[in-house]
Amino acid sequence: MSAPLAPPRESVVAQDRVSTQSLGRPIKGPSALGSDPKRLWHLTWALAKTEFKLTFFGSALGYLWQLMRPLLLFGVIYLVLSKSKLAAENHRPYYGAALLLGIVLFTFFSEASGGAVSSLVNRENLVRKIEFPRIAVPLSIVITALMNLTLNLIPVLIFLSAAGGSPHWSWLEMPLLALMLALFTAGLAMILSVSYVSYRDVRPIWDVVLQMTFYASGIFIAIAGLAPLNVFGVEVSLSHVLMANPFAAILEQARHVFIDHSYPTAASAIGGGWLVLIPVGIGIATLVGGFVLFDRRAPKVAEQL
Amino acid sequence: MSESGPPPVVVDGVHKRFEIPREQVSTLKEKALHPFRRSPTDLLQALRGVSFSVPPGEFFGIVGRNGSGKSTLLKCLAGIYRVDAGEIYVNGRMSTFIELGVGFNPDLPARDNAMLNATMLGLSPREARRRFDSVIEFAELGDFVDLKIKNYSSGMLVRLAFSVMIHVDAEILLIDEVLAVGDAAFQQKCFEEFERIRRSGSTVLFVTHDMSAVQRFCDRALLLEHGRVVELGDPEHVGNRYLELNFSQEAREAEQLAAETEREGSDDEGKTTSMRRLGSTGAPIEALAGSETDDSVREGTGEAEILELWFENENGARAELLATGRRCAVAVRVRFDRDVQDPLFSVNLHNSHRDHLLSASSLWSDSHSGLFAAGEEIVFRVFFENVLAPDRYHATPAVDTQGGAWIDRRERMDSIVVTGTHGAEALLELPFDVTIERRARSGTAAEFTL
Repeated sequence: MSAPLAPPRESVVAQDRVSTQSLGRPIKGPSALGSDPKRLWHLTWALAKTEFKLTFFGSALGYLWQLMRPLLLFGVIYLVLSKSKLAAENHRPYYGAALLLGIVLFTFFSEASGGAVSSLVNRENLVRKIEFPRIAVPLSIVITALMNLTLNLIPVLIFLSAAGGSPHWSWLEMPLLALMLALFTAGLAMILSVSYVSYRDVRPIWDVVLQMTFYASGIFIAIAGLAPLNVFGVEVSLSHVLMANPFAAILEQARHVFIDHSYPTAASAIGGGWLVLIPVGIGIATLVGGFVLFDRRAPKVAEQL
Repeated sequence: MSESGPPPVVVDGVHKRFEIPREQVSTLKEKALHPFRRSPTDLLQALRGVSFSVPPGEFFGIVGRNGSGKSTLLKCLAGIYRVDAGEIYVNGRMSTFIELGVGFNPDLPARDNAMLNATMLGLSPREARRRFDSVIEFAELGDFVDLKIKNYSSGMLVRLAFSVMIHVDAEILLIDEVLAVGDAAFQQKCFEEFERIRRSGSTVLFVTHDMSAVQRFCDRALLLEHGRVVELGDPEHVGNRYLELNFSQEAREAEQLAAETEREGSDDEGKTTSMRRLGSTGAPIEALAGSETDDSVREGTGEAEILELWFENENGARAELLATGRRCAVAVRVRFDRDVQDPLFSVNLHNSHRDHLLSASSLWSDSHSGLFAAGEEIVFRVFFENVLAPDRYHATPAVDTQGGAWIDRRERMDSIVVTGTHGAEALLELPFDVTIERRARSGTAAEFTL
């Protein structure tokens, strides 16, 4: 819309009607990406920053509150597990830090995807009053959650070093894993936000899915140790099935590179080798599918709100 | 944007249709249970082949009644809605002001809100930062930069929002009735700013109900009715046409017709589509255009019966519209059912605000009208110079006895629309002359002769 003064571009339609000169920039209506990548980035960043500021500076104890939720959850689970019979099975090096990392990554995942659900509807005022690349809305939610994730990783570091963990070269893989998780979540955010515009039961459905993900991603019980499932006489490795979830795979890999190498890699957790391409493929398909869906629905969102 | 280049805005045969689902919210559950059932929708044709172009530097007004499609047109221009058919071309940096302060967050200070708003309107963060001081200066909010805007007065908010808007420096501005907000002093400031924008050579497209603003600022105007361009050109002319549309019988008929055509192409259940669903802002005009016989009250002894009332223009022909400044008449047909001696005939006129503007009676001219026999039918006329301001006027005819008792009185029996060329600020348009007499050196003095 407010692209910098681009030179008038020739359009096929314009040539049909007025052969001698271009009629300027055609207005095509809203789209997912818009015509100016810079503007998309500026907007996404401005929206994300605003949201972050609101949670962070909204109250006197801003940062503390932000940490509270994952830490309290961590406290309860840690306490219960360390006193239960499960503890022995789960006893692995730096279990506390590994548990907290799982909770922190899940907090990101649920914050970003859950927040995205109603994001377009909540920003109805913007969507109906201004032309802008619509994808900025769900993306900004994911970026805000990434900012929170960065802050939440600090206590994980503290726990890890308190337990005797030390920096390792494999930490360099963490940003890549965070990016993969962010892209997978962004794909979900696009699907959820644009579906919620037409279907309001997306909210309760997604809440249930998130809850299932929490228990089925190996956040506090190692997936690798699960006994196989017997389906009609065929033995199916439950741990391999659960590892197809990109979130679970990324979490497993993050523990391997960040906490301790005694944690299995995602590849070995899913049964080794090429099977790791399953969660990777699902992640990519979510991102691409999410974008395609969002791109198709974006032009009509302002009318449907 | 060079003078020789293409026009800043070209709109070519634009159509826009809305599908409004009957059921407001559907669920995935329903979709899963009935995957092939299409939920019933109402079709609303908001724009039907709108075409125009705006040359550089023009202040272009888009007017129309509620639901005429003017806001839809603006949103199509802004790129908020995708058009169904037709083309829109824009040549230059464009900014949209459909609402002041889009994206303002009450929990953030003015600084953050101004930056966010400017980014939304299309500035880069660097440009926004550079203009920030000037934004605050224009808004006169220097002392309150770090105050959360939930603590701002509404006036301060509007000032901030308007200030951001004018600092975006667009070459093409799309403005939708934003001036409807703020107090009189601020509106004045806005108007001054509009004058400045106009002089600066920006192209402005301005959507409004306010005919005086159109006539004051616009070089040309476009009148939309049911999504079609019905008038394009001189603002004064368009303004008059707008008043006519608002008040005339034709308009109501056209509205009905349009409502019927909306029903086509959809299923056969009774449809309630109305152009007003488009949700334009407040509707002062609706009250004026309402049906005239709503509150018709009849009183009297029944010795005579008022059968009909109509208006006549200066040529004595029946009229649906009367032009202000011409001679006209109200005619009333009465039938007597019994013998009546010296009845009085009267007509009262009230405007849409129920101000009483004419009280005409034969009491003063012809109080001894004679004997009217049972079965006799007469027509009495009240002639007057039409000095009424443009509005809808309701007529209440009455026949009464010398003693003041009503024989028949039909309150607000019928109405007429008066159109005129000036704004309708006074109740009457009394004929007047203005003379200016200059006195030597002692300053100027003006005399008004009414």
